[in-house]
Amino acid sequence: MVSAPPPPETSAKIQVQVRDLTIRYGSKVALEKVSLDIREHEIFGIIGPANSGKTSFLRALNRMDQMHSSMKVDGQILFRGKDVHSWRNLYALRSKIGVVFPLPVGLPLSIYDNVALAPRLSGTKNKSDLDEIVERCLQRAALWDEVKDRLDSLGSMLSGGQQQRLTIARALSQDPELLLLDEFSIAVDPVTTMKIEDVLKELKKEITIILVTNLVQQARRLADNTAFFLTGECIEVAKTEDLFTGEVKDPRSRDYVEGRFG
Amino acid sequence: MNAPPTHSHDPPEGENLDQLNLAWYVDKVVQWLVFFGGISAIIFIIGIFVFIASQGLGYAVKELDLGEFFFSPLWRPTSEANPTYGALALIAGTASVAGFAMLIAVPFSLGAAIFIAEFATGRTREILKVLVELLAAIPSVVWGFIGLSIMNPLIINTFDVPIGLNILNAGLILGLMAAPIMTTIAEDALKAVPDGYREAAEAMGATRWQVVWRVVLPAGKNGLVAAVLLGVGRAFGETMAVLMATGHSVHIPTSVFDSVRALTATIAAELGETPVGSDHYKVLFTLGIFLFLVTFLINLTADLVVRGKRRNA
Repeated sequence: MVSAPPPPETSAKIQVQVRDLTIRYGSKVALEKVSLDIREHEIFGIIGPANSGKTSFLRALNRMDQMHSSMKVDGQILFRGKDVHSWRNLYALRSKIGVVFPLPVGLPLSIYDNVALAPRLSGTKNKSDLDEIVERCLQRAALWDEVKDRLDSLGSMLSGGQQQRLTIARALSQDPELLLLDEFSIAVDPVTTMKIEDVLKELKKEITIILVTNLVQQARRLADNTAFFLTGECIEVAKTEDLFTGEVKDPRSRDYVEGRFG
Repeated sequence: MNAPPTHSHDPPEGENLDQLNLAWYVDKVVQWLVFFGGISAIIFIIGIFVFIASQGLGYAVKELDLGEFFFSPLWRPTSEANPTYGALALIAGTASVAGFAMLIAVPFSLGAAIFIAEFATGRTREILKVLVELLAAIPSVVWGFIGLSIMNPLIINTFDVPIGLNILNAGLILGLMAAPIMTTIAEDALKAVPDGYREAAEAMGATRWQVVWRVVLPAGKNGLVAAVLLGVGRAFGETMAVLMATGHSVHIPTSVFDSVRALTATIAAELGETPVGSDHYKVLFTLGIFLFLVTFLINLTADLVVRGKRRNA
């Protein structure tokens, strides 16, 4: 506790404010009455076993309930002070919130076009600007060195781990303010995972990151604050250090991070 | 954690980001255009149904003896003294030809689809696919011509029967016509089965055929059923080839060498010579309604089956 960094929440502004968020799929409740705050320039970790509602939480944030007719969202999610459900221009909202899904989705375009897609959609036409964005994003996703000589080949032909890094590069290409990472390292080797983790620590200076992960230690390495979800309930939101040193309100949180939890 | 927002802007900051830009407007316009495109298709279909119904439905419900229509084999629409409109023989003709066609087409097309999708590789597969698609493009009048001028003498000589224009002839022709389209759809259904399934099964030491039989066919089952049903719909609706190859004689068949007459062929052959508005004219439209309902039900079933596949997937 002595070496813990100064708590960021005292200084930083709230980026995302969640109040009484309840998510249902049909009659099944995936998430119940979750309230939490996510501050600017923090990495906010969400841990919890399968079926705890972590992914549903991210989906609701990016308004992906639009695509799942059975998904029903109640409660408030304020992004920059405005409830995401009251946004008229959903596309503008999504362009501010980047998402990386657990399984890589290399679009059937060239590597270059995969990364240049979002900037082009929002009107960047200048070739040298695009070149610069593509290189910067691929660098950040630790993929540049492997693909810089074949930017014209198909993104969907890369290996799984490379596609995942391409997905991350693509998510960064539109300069999101908020980056949602859902189990990003599931298809990536440990060395590359560490590289990307370093990138995330750098990125934190510019954007806010929500990191959903099954790897408890990954949350410990990266997250400033961490929430523990269990079967649709938010059991605990705490400073990550507190969670791992056992200073928790609920004993289940300690059991989970210490791996004593089936 | 439940504290009120510490930074309560008015209006909130997010308000500035939530602007309706050009892309948003383009999106809305395109959505409307596509909506009208979709609606127009529905309007046309409803229009066609309303037209057919307006010509035949009122008559069919009020004046036509439906008992006679469905159960009498006597089709004598042009009789001066006592016209009868029994469609049983026509229905039997269509059903027997379509049924025979399916006996031919189902095994051939499913076999072809399995071969192309699961066993053929490289060149063989590409050539086969092109040939099957080419087969689907042959006009039905050409098939009818083949039935009339090639199959007819062939059947007479081979089976020693007086006439070669019969269920066997039309069924074969129709089966060959329906097979390519069924093959194409069935192959698509098999292609849609993820390769991961095949790899997982082969990794356990399953043979190619075991993989196909135990994994691929069950996974693609709904698509295959849909392919067969669409083939049945095609066989029911086909007109020109059956007009030319069935012999066109009103008759309840007792063997595959009997000539029959199909519903579609009857409409095609008689409508042009029937006074508009006469009973005969309206009965032909009633036949049309019946055909429409049958093919509609078949297509609806196929659609529901495919939807079932999506739900389970």
